[in-house]
Amino acid sequence: MFRFLLARLGILVPTFVGVTFVAFVLIRLVPGDPIEMLAGERGIGAERHAELMAQYGFDRPLWYQYGSFLVNVLQGDLGQSLVTRRPVLAEFLALFPATVELSLLAMLFAVLVGLPAGVLAAVRRGTFLDHAVMGASLTGYSMPIFWWALLLIILFSGMLQWTPVSGRIDLLYFFEPVTGFMLIDSLLADEPGAFASALRHLVLPAVVLGTIPMAVIARQTRSAMLEVLGEDYVRTARAKGLAPRRVVGLHALRNALIPVVTVIGLQVGLLFSGAILTETIFAWPGVGKWLIDSIARRDYPSVQGGIVLIAGVVMLVNLLVDLLYGLVNPRIRHAR
Amino acid sequence: MALLEIRGLTVEFRTTLGPLRAVDGLDLDVEKGEIVGIVGESGSGKSVAMLAVMGLLPRTTTITAERLAFDGADLLSLSTRRRRALTGKAMAMIFQEPMTSLNPCFTVGFQIVEGLRQHEGGSRRALRARAVELLEKVGIPAPEERLGAFPHQLSGGMSQRVMIAMAIACNPQLLIADEPTTALDVTIQAQILDLLVELQRERGMALVLITHDMGVVAETAHRVSVQYAGQQVELREVKALFADPRHPYTAALLEALPERSSGRLLPTIKGVVPGLRDRPPGCLFEPRCRLATAHCRAVPPPLAPAGDALARCHYPLFEGLPQNHPGTAERAS
Ligand SMILES: Nc1ncnc2c1ncn2[C@@H]1O[C@H](COP(=O)(O)OP(=O)(O)OP(=O)(O)O)[C@@H](O)[C@H]1O
Ligand SMILES: [Mg+2]
Repeated sequence: MFRFLLARLGILVPTFVGVTFVAFVLIRLVPGDPIEMLAGERGIGAERHAELMAQYGFDRPLWYQYGSFLVNVLQGDLGQSLVTRRPVLAEFLALFPATVELSLLAMLFAVLVGLPAGVLAAVRRGTFLDHAVMGASLTGYSMPIFWWALLLIILFSGMLQWTPVSGRIDLLYFFEPVTGFMLIDSLLADEPGAFASALRHLVLPAVVLGTIPMAVIARQTRSAMLEVLGEDYVRTARAKGLAPRRVVGLHALRNALIPVVTVIGLQVGLLFSGAILTETIFAWPGVGKWLIDSIARRDYPSVQGGIVLIAGVVMLVNLLVDLLYGLVNPRIRHAR
Repeated sequence: MALLEIRGLTVEFRTTLGPLRAVDGLDLDVEKGEIVGIVGESGSGKSVAMLAVMGLLPRTTTITAERLAFDGADLLSLSTRRRRALTGKAMAMIFQEPMTSLNPCFTVGFQIVEGLRQHEGGSRRALRARAVELLEKVGIPAPEERLGAFPHQLSGGMSQRVMIAMAIACNPQLLIADEPTTALDVTIQAQILDLLVELQRERGMALVLITHDMGVVAETAHRVSVQYAGQQVELREVKALFADPRHPYTAALLEALPERSSGRLLPTIKGVVPGLRDRPPGCLFEPRCRLATAHCRAVPPPLAPAGDALARCHYPLFEGLPQNHPGTAERAS
């Protein structure tokens, strides 16, 4: 187990260097610079522009800037936002719970719907139900996020008026964040209707963000189940006279989960990229929207730092998933 | 009334090439407490027939029978719920591949206790004690510790012992063992067979032993059913069968036994079992039978009494000589 962790960490180092480099270079390839953006419509004189660029160190050679950025990152200093002048880490941490809440709910939706759908499709292989599930999953997978979001908004927010279009909670509710998770905070705040409002704000973005992972999980579960259902030990389970529910839901599913857990882990990385779009569409105040806004403002430190942090979180989650994988698969747990 | 009554059992699989008849009109009675051997080459429908009895074939399979009854209860008309109450309790089955027959994700203890809990119930502690007892019974050393073991930590022989423990957990009246030793080392094979026979004697359960090893049959079974291409070709007391086989296929199987072969090379039966597309219109064994006649090629023989046996042959053998065979006269002269 220890060596397994060590090997994992060994992979993390080059990944980390790669991510920081890409983050650093890409934002500088975008035309325009932070000073210009800050000046906005009014414009700025060439002299003053050069002066400010020098003040922030943007006139130094790129390799020097990248080097000092790396050194700072390793010391835990991600710099300050050029716009708000607050530390990037603080900005990120303030918004991160919103993204986590959205992603968790999306993943919950994806697993709670995708897993049973995949199991059902496998058990009823070749039937109308199977084709329906697979058709829906293919559609869900190929649907562009923004398009899907618009359809849902038109239906549920526009026509049915069931859900709001943006934000995390109605403006009339206000309470101090305790955990940063609106669902929990609204419960703690003890304001009638606050929780329902938070939930109604969360449903659509979570469904939109969870759709692709749900489709992937459904397909993967179906194929894993189909394979597992033909195994000898499933026949053994049936030979004991166990109820089909137990044979499928315990003996088969437990084994099918092994590949499915890996896939769920891989979805977490994709979830964050999906969150960027989803948060922007629903004006969800999370790190995804913040990153987009920072790019628009050419807020170099925020973009660089934000990407480093998001990458760090994704790597951490993947590490956790690897550990979880060992937990669901006894053959790995007992190997040394 | 026999414990297990099978009359005209036919099993067909739907395949892309059309229906595949894996078992064709099988008749077999298994009495309480007896050992019946089922022998035959690979693909002769031995496993499929017994899986049909256990109700373990895919739902798409077509199973028909004039009668398929266990302890008087008609298995084909039984509700799935009542049928499940029999499966794993009154009738149990162990399989050819012990290593893949245990669920890799659950401990040995969990898998043994599960069947007990399903059919008999009891407190956790009582169930655990039963599991330890069972493991002891099937000859597993340090049974307490083994309860927490995962299948990948067991050898093939150990796995098969665990499978046996699971199968006998609820004291079944009938145990079906489908080639229980084929996947094991030779030394382990004998141990497992001894264990099965010992358990059978001790508990007075009926044992159906599927094998393609005539030697195993000779040592253990009371009666033998010889299968060929989904059909039963001979049904007999074991001693009589070995002394004087009625069907040419049985005779050929016996000749193939190492201790019976005279030459240095083992005699083998020429040709292969007919497949789905090349079923001969008459006797299914005819293409490989050295005694086949035009009559054999045209008319499928019924399973008919021949002395003390039932044999599916137009010219059953007595003392090695085919009866009423048109060629015997010539050959004798
Ligand atoms: N689920 C299935 N679907 C289609 N055909 C099957 C299925 N199971 C078995 N068969 C076919 O049925 C025939 C009989 O198979 P069976 O397993 O009963 O043979 P067997 O006598 O047990 O042979 P072996 O000694 O190899 O175990 C074979 O031709 C096999 O391919
Ligand atoms: Mg078989």
